[in-house]
Amino acid sequence: MLAKRIIPCLDVKDGKVVKGVQFRNHELIGDIVPLAQRYAEEGADELVFYDITASADDRVVDKSWVTRVSEVIDIPFCVAGGIKSEEDAARILEFGADKVSINSPALADPSLINRLSAKFGVQCIVIGIDSYFDEDEQEYKVYQFTGDETRTQATKWTTFEWIKEVQKRGAGEIVLNVMNQDGVRCGYDTVQLSKARKICHVPLIASGGAGEMHHFNSVFKEADVDGALAASVFHKQIINIQELKNYLKDQDVEIRTC
Amino acid sequence: MANAKTGIVIIDTGCANLSSVKFAIERLGYQVSVSKDKNVLTSATKLFLPGVGTAQEAMQNLADRELIELVKSLTQPVLGICLGMQLLAEFSSEGNVATLGIIPGTIDPMSAENVRLPHMGWNTITANDGHPLFKDIPDNSYFYFVHSYALTVGSDTIATSVHGQPFTAAVNRDNFYGVQFHPERSSAAGQQLIKNFLEM
Repeated sequence: MLAKRIIPCLDVKDGKVVKGVQFRNHELIGDIVPLAQRYAEEGADELVFYDITASADDRVVDKSWVTRVSEVIDIPFCVAGGIKSEEDAARILEFGADKVSINSPALADPSLINRLSAKFGVQCIVIGIDSYFDEDEQEYKVYQFTGDETRTQATKWTTFEWIKEVQKRGAGEIVLNVMNQDGVRCGYDTVQLSKARKICHVPLIASGGAGEMHHFNSVFKEADVDGALAASVFHKQIINIQELKNYLKDQDVEIRTC
Repeated sequence: MANAKTGIVIIDTGCANLSSVKFAIERLGYQVSVSKDKNVLTSATKLFLPGVGTAQEAMQNLADRELIELVKSLTQPVLGICLGMQLLAEFSSEGNVATLGIIPGTIDPMSAENVRLPHMGWNTITANDGHPLFKDIPDNSYFYFVHSYALTVGSDTIATSVHGQPFTAAVNRDNFYGVQFHPERSSAAGQQLIKNFLEM
């Protein structure tokens, strides 16, 4: 059976791994390659690297570290950040990434999703969605440029309409990041993710809010997501990936233990 | 005498993402080159046929490089990976394109009923007892898959997996081997499989 995936996310800024709280106040975590290697050895199923400065600063992610990661890592990894064209994506894939994740540029030009999936196959194309629950309007909304506080803004899309749209255009996987939960470690938004699951026919990855091992159990059981992404709990060694996977296996979640 | 750790060649299919296969081979201490040169390919000791993208694009790239007949005539061990495995079959309904025809069967869309596509992630396989490609790989090991099309289980199937329904996870006919998963991204089990192929 297909296993549920545990996916550490490494936010990259200026070539180093950082982590902020609710996308703000980034603190330095460490070097990319040793962290990536540690996660692979602990049993991570996949890694995601977000160059959080890239879209906001109008530049492509520095590529040299993609090759350095690919040289040492024997699990799949995905690179996100500033990929705006077929050329950008081709470069990242040539350097050894397995997938590219597109967020703000897809909102600026949705046809980019069609072009990328036609050229590289849907399996390479991940769409990242930053979703914020607007309490006043009681609506889930898509935000863009979330890497830069001064440019972060709501888009015209509701989260669920955008999820439908990106699938039509050729998304091979969706990472739904719930901004209200990001970095606060109170658990995944299983309500929103369950709603997303009903309309999402490609793999769906939960992001934002992991704090304790039972949060992973809940999001797999309640929202039936295909993978759960987390950052700070792994960086700060609050949760050990191997222990997490043993725990989930005990909870009868289909999981790859090493 | 040729050094057994040289002469390994990745066939340059023109697809992106050849480097992850290259790095995986290098991690095992082997030298490997990427080539579309006919002399290099025919004199290789082991060949890898990787592939990411669509069957149509990959076959077009092989045709442009005049490599179709050459690949079919290879007598050394060849390992097709993912799309590279699918190219070994007769026909792919992804783009309705004739493929190499080395292994009987066609590549068809996976059943989408109650399963999510692409089939993406780690899945277990069941390999034929004692097949050398799966030497020292425990039963029910997980491998990393990413695909939406698959080869139906047939007489050349040497390992199966299930996503909605059973499909060919690995195949072998004569000197041609193929794996639907990505051994270069399948952690220890994948590394063992590549090692087994290189040591054949």
